Order: sequence, then structure tokens, then C-alpha cells
Amino acid sequence: MSYLARRLLTFPLVMLGVSILVFVAIRLVPGDAITAMLGTEAGLLTPAQRAALSAYFGIDKPILVQYWSWLLGVLQGDLGISVIHGKPALTIILERFPLTLQLALMSMCVALLVGLPAGVFAATRNEKMSDLAVRIFAMIGQSTPNFVVGLLIIYALSAGFGILPAMGEFTPFFTDPLRNLGQMILPAITLGFAFAASVTRISRSAMLDVLSDDYVRTARSKGVPKRSVIWRHALPNALIPVVTLSGVEFGYLLGGAVLVEQIYALPGLGRLVLEAILQRDYALVQGCVLFIAFNFMVVNLLVDLAYVTLDPRIRLGEGN
Amino acid sequence: MGRHLSTKLLSGLALAVTISATAIASPASAASLKMAWKQDATGLDPHKQTAFSSIRLLELIYEPLVRLNKDLQIVPAVAASWEFAADAKQLTFKLNPNAKFQDGKPVTAADVKASFERLLDEKTAAAARANFLSIASIETSDQTTVVFKLSQPDVPLLTAMASINAAIVPAAEIAAGTIGTKALGSGPFKLDKWEPNSKETLSANKDWAGGKVAIDGIDISVLPDETAILAALRTKQVDFALINDPLVATLVPKEPSLVLNRTPVLAYHVLQMNPSRKPMDVLAVRQAISCAIDRKDVLDTASVGEGKVTGPLTMPGYTSDASTLFCYKQDIAKAKKLMADAGFANGFTATVIAANGEPATAAAEAQVLQSQLAEIGVKLNIKMMELNVYVDAWLKGDFDMAVALNGGRADPYSMYNRYWTKTGNLQKVTNYIDDTLDSLMQKGRVETDPAKRKVIFADFEKHLVEVAPWAWLYTSYSYTAQQKNVQGFVPTPEGSLFGLSKVTLQ
Repeated sequence: MSYLARRLLTFPLVMLGVSILVFVAIRLVPGDAITAMLGTEAGLLTPAQRAALSAYFGIDKPILVQYWSWLLGVLQGDLGISVIHGKPALTIILERFPLTLQLALMSMCVALLVGLPAGVFAATRNEKMSDLAVRIFAMIGQSTPNFVVGLLIIYALSAGFGILPAMGEFTPFFTDPLRNLGQMILPAITLGFAFAASVTRISRSAMLDVLSDDYVRTARSKGVPKRSVIWRHALPNALIPVVTLSGVEFGYLLGGAVLVEQIYALPGLGRLVLEAILQRDYALVQGCVLFIAFNFMVVNLLVDLAYVTLDPRIRLGEGN
Repeated sequence: MGRHLSTKLLSGLALAVTISATAIASPASAASLKMAWKQDATGLDPHKQTAFSSIRLLELIYEPLVRLNKDLQIVPAVAASWEFAADAKQLTFKLNPNAKFQDGKPVTAADVKASFERLLDEKTAAAARANFLSIASIETSDQTTVVFKLSQPDVPLLTAMASINAAIVPAAEIAAGTIGTKALGSGPFKLDKWEPNSKETLSANKDWAGGKVAIDGIDISVLPDETAILAALRTKQVDFALINDPLVATLVPKEPSLVLNRTPVLAYHVLQMNPSRKPMDVLAVRQAISCAIDRKDVLDTASVGEGKVTGPLTMPGYTSDASTLFCYKQDIAKAKKLMADAGFANGFTATVIAANGEPATAAAEAQVLQSQLAEIGVKLNIKMMELNVYVDAWLKGDFDMAVALNGGRADPYSMYNRYWTKTGNLQKVTNYIDDTLDSLMQKGRVETDPAKRKVIFADFEKHLVEVAPWAWLYTSYSYTAQQKNVQGFVPTPEGSLFGLSKVTLQ
């Protein structure tokens, strides 16, 4: 059986495991949809009132019965109804996903466009002042939380220049590309900042490894120009760890960037999951987590397939 | 080098142009108020929603029979007038004949009756039902007259009716089962669009019986970070905003184009002790804790001085001079003596729970209290919790001590009935029964003379502070910030946004 087919066969098993985990975990956390809605006023409810609300939220039945009826729905493409939004969870998730995907792609572009050249540059000037400078910047980038970067950008723009991207009402790319990019570019830079730092560090160390390989030395001794040695001979082999890192990071980003979405008021998946958890909107939490897990598996599979393209020596699914 | 520099400059310029272009574009019409808040409503059923954020939205759409003004006086809403019978066992309302729902149909006595019957029906699961249990029957002699017959004298009932949780909704919508899915009230604004946790669009109700609304509508954006709300105000993306964090609020006056509205509120910050757990079951220990607290220091440190030290009664007309209450001036020597007398000269260890970010000052309050109580040997371990987890523990009374921000009411009985009467719904939270407190509350419930009520509740407050099941700390402010061209907003101690119905944009 091909590698791809075997990987695809594991998908339903992983999804089943995730579904059980999220279903149980969200119910194990103290507090329920009733306390989330009423807060301390929930203490004023009589037992009959509490029973009526439990039935409304669908938490009055035993957990196994709840899980089974939810699972049957999922198998038919129905992730349940969000009690806060009053709409099917899948509809809401699909409404939010394009923003999350766009943000992930844009921040990935920022990270690779900045991080890769910086890493290669530092590797070719190993232990020189410019290498040290790049490493210091990378260290700062990695250790600064992205909400700090976001808040600093917002403060500097609003207090210093009196401008700010339009917040509160998100415009999809195909409705108004200019307005959309204006809203997305700062969040993408904010998210891409730390990611670029990681890419810089990984690509620098991978390049250093590759540059000391025999084939690079051979290429140099044959008189291949330095630029060609670096970009044509060395870089493709140094990309493997960068692809791994980018794949994992991209998978995370598809789950939403909670803090950045909060700061820039972007209605993405991250904020949706957070709000759903805080408001104990069970159907929405479960739906989001399943959707995110599925995306993560797809991205990981694509990363594995990308290895083969980058390095023909790699054979997937053949032991070592 | 030169080429690199030009490229950088060009990219920087492009970024600035893109952002500016989008920032300048404004989707809302000129006469609509652009507003921002951090937390959105969680539902549209006025009888069920108790969250502050939901009430703020619903009071723009729905109306109760009466409402409270900025001085907490009861003023007309759907009802034009009302009268209590001398024995406080009957309450009669005459409705405003011009009051209409937003679909143009008049608000009738039948709608009022249906609304209260829905509220009292246990199947509705309205938490506010507890405030209306004295209603024995509702009679409607004509289209505009409603008579509430009470099973016992209940003076605080009228104030309880001034809540949006007692909103009048159309009887036809109750019958159709659409309350909560469709917002149809008689208030100053109509809800045109609601995207939960994202935005709301409201338009002015031209048929509103309360007068002409000067703005076309309100476009509300949910901006979850208050620093971003301040930035949006600064760049004039937003005309008006609600602010919770006192630290952010103190930055508003530094912006020349902005105005900060700061209003004392009824809600109070408190250290709740659990008298069912040792050693808080000992009166002297609770009193020692109360004496060891420097309330002004808690206020200054945790809330940058934004508030006022308070006793249990926070409503104007009932508040007393806090400095006259038992141990409201920190007295460590007295606290140590009380601890020694109770057999705890070496102190004890306890855990205090607090909710993350609810209120914004919760963690800081817990830390200040921890350091103050350490002076009398009480070692406090702080346990920060997600709000929902905290509420769950709080409702079960599963804590040694809790830092809390509890809501206030305009009437002392409605505010504390749930905690300090023998039949209070939240006895499990207080774990404290006291005959004197219960008896004073019952006297306050039936007394119709305002002067006598004031004396009764002053005694209640004095006794409550002395027996110290909780240590009341301070009341804070509610904040709204606005551009200078927004005029006419009147804030209230309840934090109501109903004043937006009278706002103009200059």
C-alpha cells in the first residue's frame, strides 16, 4: 500500500481520538454553559429552572449519550449548533477560516522572506560582526511575545502617526483587496516577526552544516562562483529543517493566532475557539478542535511529501 | 546601499499608504455613532441574560415598566405612572398609551401580563425570577392598566422592575417562541444585525415613545483588547467606547481630543471569608482580618486610587461614612490581639481564590491582601482561576476566601436578600446565618417610609461589618470615553448605556 494511502487511513483514527479527548476535556473543566451564561446569578436558579436550561444546552443527558449523538452528526457532516451564534458550528468555522488561512500564509511569507535570506547571510559570514548582529536580532525576535510586538505597533502607529488599520469590521480579500491588506499586514508582520527569527536561526545552522560538506568543498574547488555554491548547491539541502519548522508552524497558525487576533480584533479561528471555550459553547469548541486537528494532519502530510521533492534521496515509507 | 535604502523607503511608504487608506475609509454613515466595547452580549433574551455585556445591549432595544435615572430615582419607561397600595401588597401601573413595539404595535397591559408570566414560569429559567416571587396574580382591567397583587408586602419590587431582566416583550412573540432569537422591544434602538463577538448594527427607533433619538443609529465593534480600543479612539475610528480597566481609563484624559466619563458604580470589591471553614468560623478571627486590612491601600495599589472605600451599602441615599464602620481604619495591634484571643497568635494558612481579569484588578487585590494579612500571621495562598471555573467554585462555596466584584442594586433589600436572609438563594456562598441580619432585612422589605428604611438598613450595615463574614473594600467607577463631538451622554451608577438615546454628534 502506498505511503499516502496508509497516512490517509490513519486520519479517521486520529480524528476519533481527538473527538473523544475534546469532548471529555471541555466537560471536565469546572463550570458549564449555564454558569458561563449567568455567572454568579446562576445561584438564583431553582432546580426546575436549572433542568430547563440543561435541556436547552443539551447537557441534561449522560455524557455517553451526548457523545454518541454528536458523533453520529459529525459522521453526517453536522458538527452541531452553536448556542451563542444560533448557527451550525461548521458554517461559523468556514466563515472564519479564510481569514485564518490568509493570516497564516501572509505571516509565513513575511517569515520566509526575512528569515531565510538573513539565515543564509549569517551563515556565510560565520562568527563575523554581521553574523553576531543577525543572531542577536533573531534572539530578540524569538524571545519577544507577539502580543508585545502587536501592542507596540498599535501604540506607535496610533500615538505617533494617528493611523491604525480599520478594526472591528473585517473586510474579506475578494470584497476589497486594498482594505483587506491594510487590515492584515500588521497582524502578519506581528506574527511573522517571531517566526522569522526561528527561520533565521534554523536556516543559519543548517547552512553552516551543509557548507562544510564535501560536495560543497568540491564545488568550490571546481571554481563554481560563490553565489551559485550557496544558492544552487547548498541551500536546497539546507531547506529540509526549514520546511519541517515551517510546516509545524503553519499547522499551528491554521489553528488561529489567539493573541494577535485579539489585539487586532480579527474574527479568526483562534478568537472563535477562545470565545467558545470561555462561553462553554460545546458544539463550537468540539467542531473547531476537530477542524484544526484535520488541518494539522493535512499540513504534516504535505510537509512529508515536500521532503521528497526537495531531496530525491528521501524515500517515504521505506524504513530508514 | 542607496538602492537598498530607496527600496526600504518605498516599502515603508506603501505600508503606510495601505494602512492609511483603510483607516480613512469609514463604512458607517456620518450620523451613526461608532462605538466599541471589549465584551459582547451573549444572548438576546432580556429575561435570561444577566451578563453586564448583554444588559448593556438589551437596554438599548427593550424597556422595562420603569427605569432608574442617574440619581437612581424611578422614572417612567413603558409605564407612565404607578402607585403602591398603603399596605404595599398591590402595585398598579398605568401604561404610556404612545408606547409601541418596534413593529408598530402598541404595548398593552396584555403584553405586560404575558411578560411577567413568562418571567415567573420556571421553564423560562430566568434568574431574575427570584426578585418577583411575591407576585401572586396580575390583573388587567383595560388596555393600559396593570395591577400586580402581592402575597406579602414587597417595597423593593418596584426597583426590581426597573431592570432590563423585567423587560416588556410582545405577547405574540412569547407565543411564537421567538424571544431570544428575534429582538423586538419598545426601546430607542432597533437591532438590525448581530454577529456575536464581532459587531452589532442598531438603528434609531423613530416611533419611540421616549422622544426623538438624535443619531441615526449605533455601529458597535467588539475590540477585545482595551489598549486597541484606546488606539481606535485616538485615531477617531471610534466615537464612544466602554472601558473596564482603570489603568487604560487613566490614559484617556491625556488625549486632547477625548473625554472620559467616570461614574461611581454600585458594584463593590470585597474579600469574602467562608465562615463554614476553620478558623473563619470564629468571629474574632474574621474581625482580626477585617482590622488588618488597609482598604485605602488596596484601592490605591490595585486600582490606582480609582474608587472609594465602601461599606456594604453602596447606593446613594443609603451610604454611610465608611470611616465610622468597625475597624475601617487599619489596626494591626487590635487585629493581633483578636487573633491571640481566638487562639491563633501564630496565624494560619488559607487559600484565596480570584478570577483572571474579572475584575481587571483581581490579582493585584489578592496580592495586596496577601501582604497585609501576613502582618498578623495569616499566610494567604493565591489561586487564580478562569472566570467560569471561579464562578463554579464560588457558587459551591468551595473556598476559604474569595476576592470578588459583586453587583450592586439600587435597593439594599434586593442587593443583599440573596446573601443575608435565612431563605437567601446564595446561602451556600455566604455560609452564614444571622438572626439580626435576617430580621432587619425583613423589616426593610415591608417598610414603606423612606426615612425609616434608611435607619433599618444603617443598622443592618453596622451589624454586618461587625460580624464580618466578608470584608468590604471599595467601589470603583464605570468608564466611558468619547470624542469631544459626542454630547449629551448621561452615565448612571448602574453603568447603563441608555443615555445614548439622547446623544448628539456635533
